[in-house]
Amino acid sequence: MFSSVNSMEWIIGVGERTLVRVQGMGHMFLFLLRAIAWVFRPPFRFDQILKQLHFIGFKSTFVVVLTAIFTGMVLALQGYYSLQKFGSEGLLGSAVALSMIRELGPVLAALMVTARAGSAMTAEIGIMRITEQIDALETMAINSLQYLISPKIIGALVAVPLLVAIFDVVGIYGGYLVGVKLLGVSGGSYWSSIESAVEWRDVYGGILKSVSFGLIISWVCCYKGYYTKMSSEGLGKATTEAVVLSSVLILVWDYFLTSVLL
Amino acid sequence: MERRLELAVGLFVIVGIACLGYLAIKLGKLELVGGDYYEVQAEFSSTSGLKSGAPVEIAGVQVGRIKGIRLHDYQASVTVGIQHGVQVYSDAIASIKTRGIIGEKFMELSPGGSGEALRPGDTIQDTESGIDLEQVISQFIHGNVE
Repeated sequence: MFSSVNSMEWIIGVGERTLVRVQGMGHMFLFLLRAIAWVFRPPFRFDQILKQLHFIGFKSTFVVVLTAIFTGMVLALQGYYSLQKFGSEGLLGSAVALSMIRELGPVLAALMVTARAGSAMTAEIGIMRITEQIDALETMAINSLQYLISPKIIGALVAVPLLVAIFDVVGIYGGYLVGVKLLGVSGGSYWSSIESAVEWRDVYGGILKSVSFGLIISWVCCYKGYYTKMSSEGLGKATTEAVVLSSVLILVWDYFLTSVLL
Repeated sequence: MERRLELAVGLFVIVGIACLGYLAIKLGKLELVGGDYYEVQAEFSSTSGLKSGAPVEIAGVQVGRIKGIRLHDYQASVTVGIQHGVQVYSDAIASIKTRGIIGEKFMELSPGGSGEALRPGDTIQDTESGIDLEQVISQFIHGNVE
């Protein structure tokens, strides 16, 4: 039996925890707003943005191309297997291209960027926090948000859509390799079914998704690193949380965005 | 080092934008500055199944695309985009056809020959709406197909 005092304490505890969560969400959102506000204020740190583009974009290209080509190949294999039952292998191209452009390209490329660049972002910023380099920056009157966070957000916003575009094109080509070269679908019907099925709306939806995924990755990963606990264990936990939270957010946000865009 | 960094980023951005451009312009058929089309109108009693962006063909060769479909006086008014250089005349016939039995709908134009050349904004007078497959089947079942 709960005494009334005990149940009161329980209710207070629930309220307390809810308030902490809501406050955490507000904290995270304000962090994003501040970082974005610092983008528009001089001094502009173009060399930092260049470095981030190199790190998030160029260095992720290899892994993105690798995953893209295998995704396209397996899609063609699966699609061929299902479509040949109805004798409509000619639609293979549109099946591969539409699933690439609308869904798999943005989501898989964003997950790869999270795993490769996002985790590194959290670790880098977290170590700077623990070794007090962020405080050192502030002492030198360099705003750490502007110097560290804003270039990463800009870098991700530019790099992720470009990576997704590369992913789409390479994936469609991977589907061509398996579908046409290996399974013997006619090359002409592969490309013409792509061209007749894909519309500007599909491409536009994919771009919109990839931009928002870029924002989610840089936001979550930078936040978790910037406010890490001051221990090596805390930094490990922060990195894990960053990768898990941004992956989950990408998938959840993808559902809502798709339902709005359809 | 700085130079190699810039080269790498430049390469990445160029490849990325090339891919984006390919997706948007070749596959997404995004037309920068209006494209190479002139537009004429055609009125149908039904355009059921025809979609904006569907191909327009003369003799099986694609010469344009459907730009838009809207309701006008309880008739479907279709805006047809035809490539410059393909001349269509006032006695042209526009018909809605289906590729295969369950394929996509498209518009077949027979360009005509006599009469005046159509100018942008003119209307194609002779039109044929698509065949309603279900109606044909039900007529066949009830035994009064011609």
